Amino acid sequence: MCGIAGLIHRGKSSDVGNELQLMLQALKHRGPDSTGYALYADNDGENFIMRFKVGENVGEGSTSVNEDDSVYDKRKELVDQMLKNLNATVVKEEKLTPYSYRYEMKYDQDLMEFSKKIESIESVEILSIGKSLELIKDLGDAQAVSERYDLAKVKGTHGIGHARMATESGVDIKSAHPFWGYPFSDVSVVHNGQLTNYWNNRRVLENKGMRFMSECDSELIAVYLAEKMRNGASLEEGMKDSLSGLDGVFTYFVATKDSLGMAKDTMAAKPLVLYESDDLVAMGSEEIAIRSILPQEIDTYDPFDGEVKVWQI
Amino acid sequence: MANLKTTEKKTKAQSMGLHSEVLTGKTQQKFFNPDEAENFYYWGTYDVDFNKRIDLDVNDLDCKEANKKIDELMSQGYGTIVIKNPQGKHSLGVGVLNKLNLIFEGSLGYFGVGSIDGPTVRINGRVGWSCAENMMAGKVVIEKNAGSCFGAAVRGGDLICKGSVGARTGIDQKGGTIIVGGDAGAFTGFMMQRGRIIILGNVGINLGDSMYDGTIYVGGKIGSFGSDAIESPMTKSDIDWIKRKLKVAEIGENFDVSKMTKVVAGKKLWNYDALEPTEKKGAI
Repeated sequence: MCGIAGLIHRGKSSDVGNELQLMLQALKHRGPDSTGYALYADNDGENFIMRFKVGENVGEGSTSVNEDDSVYDKRKELVDQMLKNLNATVVKEEKLTPYSYRYEMKYDQDLMEFSKKIESIESVEILSIGKSLELIKDLGDAQAVSERYDLAKVKGTHGIGHARMATESGVDIKSAHPFWGYPFSDVSVVHNGQLTNYWNNRRVLENKGMRFMSECDSELIAVYLAEKMRNGASLEEGMKDSLSGLDGVFTYFVATKDSLGMAKDTMAAKPLVLYESDDLVAMGSEEIAIRSILPQEIDTYDPFDGEVKVWQI
Repeated sequence: MANLKTTEKKTKAQSMGLHSEVLTGKTQQKFFNPDEAENFYYWGTYDVDFNKRIDLDVNDLDCKEANKKIDELMSQGYGTIVIKNPQGKHSLGVGVLNKLNLIFEGSLGYFGVGSIDGPTVRINGRVGWSCAENMMAGKVVIEKNAGSCFGAAVRGGDLICKGSVGARTGIDQKGGTIIVGGDAGAFTGFMMQRGRIIILGNVGINLGDSMYDGTIYVGGKIGSFGSDAIESPMTKSDIDWIKRKLKVAEIGENFDVSKMTKVVAGKKLWNYDALEPTEKKGAI
């Protein structure tokens, strides 16, 4: 059981950081292990924002091996060297925790090759690359993660988030959601459910050059959609295709720079409550997530089995 | 309970897909001996006055505190309780075992009014998953939509949703009636064992999958039939009964009941009718 939430403001910007934090905190009982945010912030759109980690959070509840902070610093130096070799210019650098960084950078080459090179450094994982996507995930509940990364002040148009109860893999950041839609900038995915043809799909996709960073079954959705889009499919086409291509039970959200989508499996086994108005779409695993930002009486509904919906900002 | 031995009632019940056996099982004799009825004490029930009305704002209460408060108010004799600001909270109004007018001004989350036996509930908003699960008796009316597993394992009473409901409506239903004014999702009536479901709108795929018994009436389009579910001809008894039920449910006033599709179980399980006679009470 995990909790997912998402919202999109159409035609205007809002306090998405704070709103998503309230929604995810309301779903804390569905997943206390880790929380993740994919926020589409009001950035200038000039530079790429790369969020990456050089190690794991080894705090309480973590299943990761303890490492010294000096190891993290060494890996960060290797990343900086690799960026120089790739002719990427770092405009701004922020150290968020001993193991995670946010870089603003200029880069105009292929992101897939770029990512492969950066991630060839031991234990380094790119959490996201995009011009508006800010992907943050860490151990703890929504409030703890929001405070750790100062997310309440983030303004933007839309975002998706996830409160995770670890069932298929460890309690660590690499298995936490959202997953970046490698190698596409500004694509992220959150998922509630279990995928039963993970390994079959993974083998096929790895043979096609796609990369998996964890053993979490949910990562497959991001990679699956990225591969479809790489071959020319639209986001919505990829999502519709996933209803038959992915086996198991799932409700997932996908977000891109200017859109937000949801898909529900053909057995409708996982919950989703949806609120839709002209200027706002808010959805979550439970109604209380929506109520946390819309306390007034509103009309909500459960999408039916096999439904796919995509909204633009 | 009505006398089921009369030929007329047997015919009516059987024509509507129900069984009309005489309840003579061991459980029936052991636990429902009419001679001991006067000594029967139903734990957790109160004598309430319907004219005694009170508002209860649950905005700052969690579900446990809210349910305790409802219990406390019933013990003070309040027969009409209006719950303000439920805000989609889970498990509100569960386990009410006596007659009561319970009104929710807003929406409920998961497991709303579960395991109730007797109250009349009106919810002016929406309900989440598993509303009225295990309901034994009473009437629940939801003005807006409902989530999945609506009326899971209900044993009796009327459960009415004026909007649309999610998947697996009436899963494991053992009695009573579920009425939906809008559409219903996939696996409606999944593994249902007794009782009846009326859907005025469309239903999704696998309708009545693995149903043992019971009857489903559908007014709109059917996505597909599940295994073990088959269509059966509508009879006058069906039409009269549905009309009566819709009147009670306050929906479908001008709905053409005669064009509904009737779905029943296409299999007959070995020894099914002799298994647990007390369970059949709710279906009648």
